[in-house]
Amino acid sequence: MTAGERDTALLSVRDLRTYLATRHGVVRAVDGVSLEVREAEVLGVVGESGCGKTVTCRTIMGLMPRKGTYSSGEVIYHPRGEANLLTVSQKELQRLRGSQLAMIFQDPMTALNPVRTVGDQLIEAVTAHARMSREEAHGRAISLLVRVGIPAPDQRMKDYPFQFSGGMLQRALIAIALASEPKLLLADEPTTSLDVIIQDQILSLLLELQRDTGMSMILVSHDLAVITEVCDRIVVMYGGQIVEEGDTATIISEPRHPYTRALLEALPQGGERGQLRSIPGAPPSLIDAPPGCRFAPRCPLATDECSSWATELLDTDGPGHRVRCWRHQEVRGSATWQASDSA
Amino acid sequence: MTSQRFAGGSGGSSPRASWTLHPSEALLKVAERTAKRSRSTGRRRMVLIIGLAMLGIAILAIVGAPLLAGVSPIKIDVLHPLSPPGTGGHLLGTDQFGRDVLARILYGGRIDLAIAFGATSVTLVFGTIVGLVAGYFGGWVDNLLMRIVDLFFAFPFLVLIIAIIAMLGPSIFNMFVAIWITSWVSYARIMRAQTIVAKKQQYVLAARALGYSRMRVMFRHIMPNTVSAVIVFSMVDAIGNIILAASLGFLGLGAQPPSPEWGTMISDGQNYILSSWWIATLPGLAIVFVGVAFSLIGDGLADILRPGDR
Amino acid sequence: MSRFGTLPRRLIHLVIILFGITLVTFFLLRLIPGDPALAILGSSYTHARATAIDASLGLNKPIWTQYGLFMDHLFHGNLGYSYFYSESATTVISQHLAPTVFLVIYSAVLAAAISLPLGFISGVRRGGVVDQSTRVFFTISFAMPAFWLGIIMLLVFSVHLNVFPLSGFGAGIIGHLHSLFLPALTIALGFSTVLIRSLRAATISTLQAEFIDTARMKGIAYPTVLRRHVFRVAVLAVVAVYGVNLAYLISGTVLVENVFSLPGLGQLLVNSVSNRDYPVVQAVALLFAVLIVLINLLTDITQASLDPRVGQEIGE
Repeated sequence: MTAGERDTALLSVRDLRTYLATRHGVVRAVDGVSLEVREAEVLGVVGESGCGKTVTCRTIMGLMPRKGTYSSGEVIYHPRGEANLLTVSQKELQRLRGSQLAMIFQDPMTALNPVRTVGDQLIEAVTAHARMSREEAHGRAISLLVRVGIPAPDQRMKDYPFQFSGGMLQRALIAIALASEPKLLLADEPTTSLDVIIQDQILSLLLELQRDTGMSMILVSHDLAVITEVCDRIVVMYGGQIVEEGDTATIISEPRHPYTRALLEALPQGGERGQLRSIPGAPPSLIDAPPGCRFAPRCPLATDECSSWATELLDTDGPGHRVRCWRHQEVRGSATWQASDSA
Repeated sequence: MTSQRFAGGSGGSSPRASWTLHPSEALLKVAERTAKRSRSTGRRRMVLIIGLAMLGIAILAIVGAPLLAGVSPIKIDVLHPLSPPGTGGHLLGTDQFGRDVLARILYGGRIDLAIAFGATSVTLVFGTIVGLVAGYFGGWVDNLLMRIVDLFFAFPFLVLIIAIIAMLGPSIFNMFVAIWITSWVSYARIMRAQTIVAKKQQYVLAARALGYSRMRVMFRHIMPNTVSAVIVFSMVDAIGNIILAASLGFLGLGAQPPSPEWGTMISDGQNYILSSWWIATLPGLAIVFVGVAFSLIGDGLADILRPGDR
Repeated sequence: MSRFGTLPRRLIHLVIILFGITLVTFFLLRLIPGDPALAILGSSYTHARATAIDASLGLNKPIWTQYGLFMDHLFHGNLGYSYFYSESATTVISQHLAPTVFLVIYSAVLAAAISLPLGFISGVRRGGVVDQSTRVFFTISFAMPAFWLGIIMLLVFSVHLNVFPLSGFGAGIIGHLHSLFLPALTIALGFSTVLIRSLRAATISTLQAEFIDTARMKGIAYPTVLRRHVFRVAVLAVVAVYGVNLAYLISGTVLVENVFSLPGLGQLLVNSVSNRDYPVVQAVALLFAVLIVLINLLTDITQASLDPRVGQEIGE
């Protein structure tokens, strides 16, 4: 793929903020996130629990609860006349969902209506944006189940969610998401609640589907190993903000943010027996976020200046490689780098 | 290449009905306003306070009946039957025998409130213990106890109580007995369900591991943690018992004349409903007042003990 | 695996309960302090009649024989003898059955008609006008004794507004519907409080479920999501509550029949108590209990057919 082909932006998120008004204060779940997804591209979003990756996806899809959620910024969907998804009417949003944007969630067991058959729910997705006869819809549904690798589709159409295993159910959910042929699929931790072997199968399936249909994907995970396997570009989030972004190869070989570096070091190295490295400390509170770098309390490179620096994403020498750290030069190739070991 | 400045609302069609887009700078302030509001526990406490106040008023009025009423509730005054409220020194009028309605309401409240507290508390204690034992020990103990509970549930309460009172003879005491026999089952069921969930929790496993006796674990550990559901239910049950007592009185199966009781008063007043509405209506209002008080207390307690979203 | 896998188990359970009911009702009569025959006959006591009663109830025989006699009578459709009406209890009961059954069904339908929309809307638009006003209204009405509410209704609608008849069963289906509207409404209001609260809570919790997000993500209209997913799942929680509270509803008929002078089983029960017609009291109590057991069975079956997960339960 040449750079030219992949240059058309599909979705542009600009300065997205989502604040949640809770009993304990305002949670700044997403605090100034900007990203871009190009056509036929797989973008990975990686970060710990609570870093804002799920809320970002839900805000894009408009699935955040009405009460107590406050958002600002732009979510521009280019193919539909640069519409800002945050301000479009309910009707327009409904038209876009399913046919242009789709999402799959983490736990397949709770993601389907337990008292209706999987077939019913799949047909519901198939007919959401297209009129067709019942036989046609049924046929479409069957072919979708086949496409995602579910055996005996005729029988499975009549089954209920509790009769499926986790992996099979996730495949069914993928079928549902793809029913109206969306251009962008948001996958929020699609493999986290599955066991390792199934994880691989689902990831391969997603990749295969993406290649076949040319759709774009945003893959969210806390597992960097999963992300690096599948994604073209990566965005690293921490404390509601993006701390590094760039293409996968660069991020893996030349991480420029201490947090990214720590994440890479925390990956178990195959074949070696060494100590498991983890990142000391706890994720930051998103309420009353202090000024300055949010990673500073846990960062081995932190200085006093870091806590007062009004952070922003800085360019590095790599194309499209930006990082939210003013000491990023020192991060790369630092021989004295060591993430400490903790229980 | 740096982040773009916000250009609010450009290029969009009409805004969504449920969303308002705020400029980034103002976002925090707007969110804070809502956060502060949801933090206020004032509203929840208010409900509980109002309920307790209402109940307090009722109790005071009833306990202080001799002072407030001034007249005996059973004193018949043949000269002034069916006087409307406000006439002849009777604030709430008189009934068909010339008895002061206000006095009868205040004195009558004693019986109904006695049932609310006396009957409820006994069934609460007994039912809770049964439920605790059944839930904790499981096995045949549980089976046996729950079959008995199911049996009682098979009968409509009122019918069973009427049948029991029919056999024992109508009286205030027999009302208590009938309620004691039948009402404990609800508490048993609730407590059993709670206990079954609780006994799998960490703190119970820990207590057992430490070697505490089963009795101790049941009463000192499980019960305090699960009793909130039962307490909330007891408020509902109290209302039910008051209404039950009034219903029995209404049917002539509870308090016997000339004892004043809200239900019997309503029954008496039924015959005079067309001309003297106050005899039947006012006691009912008293029941509603006390009932609402218990309701509010129950709601308030539920909110405090289980702070979910209302 | 059949969807009704646990049905045989439930049937056995049912039979056990039914036996238990007969035991309890049997002992009811034995609760009477003193001589039952004297209590039953009262002032029409003669030695001959007392001996007859002793024979039919087996009062002089050991308790197990008495129970056997009781059960034997039951299986032959003999519910006892009404000394007040001088007819078999079965006859007396069948004469009073229709109004009560009609009333129960009518109230059940009215209660559903009131609670389902109000409960659902209260849950969907939490804190809205419907929610707040419903809550206030039903908190107050919950504290109202059914019989008192009935009297007030009578006062307002029958006496002053003259819209509904003061008493009686009415003639023909339309007549029944008309005459029984106020009593059915009285019962339904009491019943609805719990239903609304349950449905509201179930709706709120269902709205937060992830499958609702999946449904919305498909791009179908929100009202459709509410109907096909939220309501469909939330209402299941209410079915169970509905069945349980039906017992409460049946208790309500006793009082309401009295207030509205309906010649049903409830009135029969109360009158029989004052008439010391103990066998009838016993028979009516038995009948009510059996009715409730049947209603519970019906509820279970409904639940199983609506919710495929229920049939799979192995334990409680």
